[in-house]
Amino acid sequence: MADDFEPEIIVFACHYCAYAAADLAGSMRLQYPSTIRMIKLPCTGKLEVIHLLRALEAGADGVYAAGCLEGECHYLKGNLWARKRVEHVKRLLPEVGLEPERVEMYNMSSAQGPEFARVATEFTERIKALGPNPLRRHGVSPHAAAREAARDVALPDEAPAGAAAPAPAAEAPAQAPTEKGPAA
Amino acid sequence: MITAERKPFDEILELVDGHNKILVAGCDTCVAICLTGGEKEAEILASELRMKAQADGREVEVEHTAAIRQCEWEYLDMIAAKVDEADVVLSMACGIGIQSMAEKFAPKLVVPAVNTNMLGMPQEHAVWLERCGACGECVIGETAGICPVVRCSKSLMNGPCGGSHDGKCEVTTPEKEDIDCAWHLIWERLKAQGREELMHKIRPPKDWSKSSSGGPRKMVKEEAKPV
Repeated sequence: MADDFEPEIIVFACHYCAYAAADLAGSMRLQYPSTIRMIKLPCTGKLEVIHLLRALEAGADGVYAAGCLEGECHYLKGNLWARKRVEHVKRLLPEVGLEPERVEMYNMSSAQGPEFARVATEFTERIKALGPNPLRRHGVSPHAAAREAARDVALPDEAPAGAAAPAPAAEAPAQAPTEKGPAA
Repeated sequence: MITAERKPFDEILELVDGHNKILVAGCDTCVAICLTGGEKEAEILASELRMKAQADGREVEVEHTAAIRQCEWEYLDMIAAKVDEADVVLSMACGIGIQSMAEKFAPKLVVPAVNTNMLGMPQEHAVWLERCGACGECVIGETAGICPVVRCSKSLMNGPCGGSHDGKCEVTTPEKEDIDCAWHLIWERLKAQGREELMHKIRPPKDWSKSSSGGPRKMVKEEAKPV
């Protein structure tokens, strides 16, 4: 594998834990790879099979969900539902020629900034070892495709700390993933 | 409800092999409720097919849609435009819906993406149990509301047989472990109803001509036919 392979990894992060843990990791000035693109969910229980598939179909090299510690879900069982859906996608991927290791479920609390950084690093290393997603196409953004797929459930990103203006009310429309095959 | 399970992916691939414009058509009634063939599942299958085609380097267009009900002509009109554009329609409806599509859009190729398996009820979330065999002559008025046709492994009309043990059926497979003996259930409920005498009633052989053994069935309600 070429050393210059920089994966694009989509993270579906729970508002109550992983998203806050990412914030904490930033505040702690922890280093973690710039490969990850976050999509904030109110709970990983809102994650659906199609969200993971759409991200991979658009060429994401890896996708993972990061929810609360088991037993600590703000909505009681959302993270357990997410794990089942991730496991279901793991079963589907070999059928279409992708490695099941390209999807994963992680759990962490909002206080675990270092864990967020560790998971991001570990998963990035895993994907680097697997190599690029063979479905990757020029001009198709996996992050935009994943955000579009999850548009009904994703929360807007928060404004960076210290930003002068509040976050815009409406996000710019994300690029829709194409319904058609590679040559369509 | 009518329940169905998705066919293995390899079998689906064989059914659409050689076609470049595929429409995955879900049905938002029974098969959606049993989490097999609604719009959500159609979108998932379409995504899988696109990924597979791309991984194999084939140029295939795959779209998805869903009819409110594939088993009624009126609802099929609503998806006709998408069907027209496809080389092959991969229907995720029950066998009734698939045949309705095939007839409505003949000679368009319509193939099944699911195996229709039973008339069942959701015993708990994501678990369905067979409850009716559509035998055409319901007997559960005498069997305490428990169908011996589909809930007894042998469809006995005068049970239980010698294979009933501690309330369980002798038939056991990895997929069908711990089948309750229908006639044990019938006996227990008849007792609770104070109708034990029905257990001693000898039922003659069932007239299976009213079931599928009598050929394709047809039902006409003259009083409701349009004038």
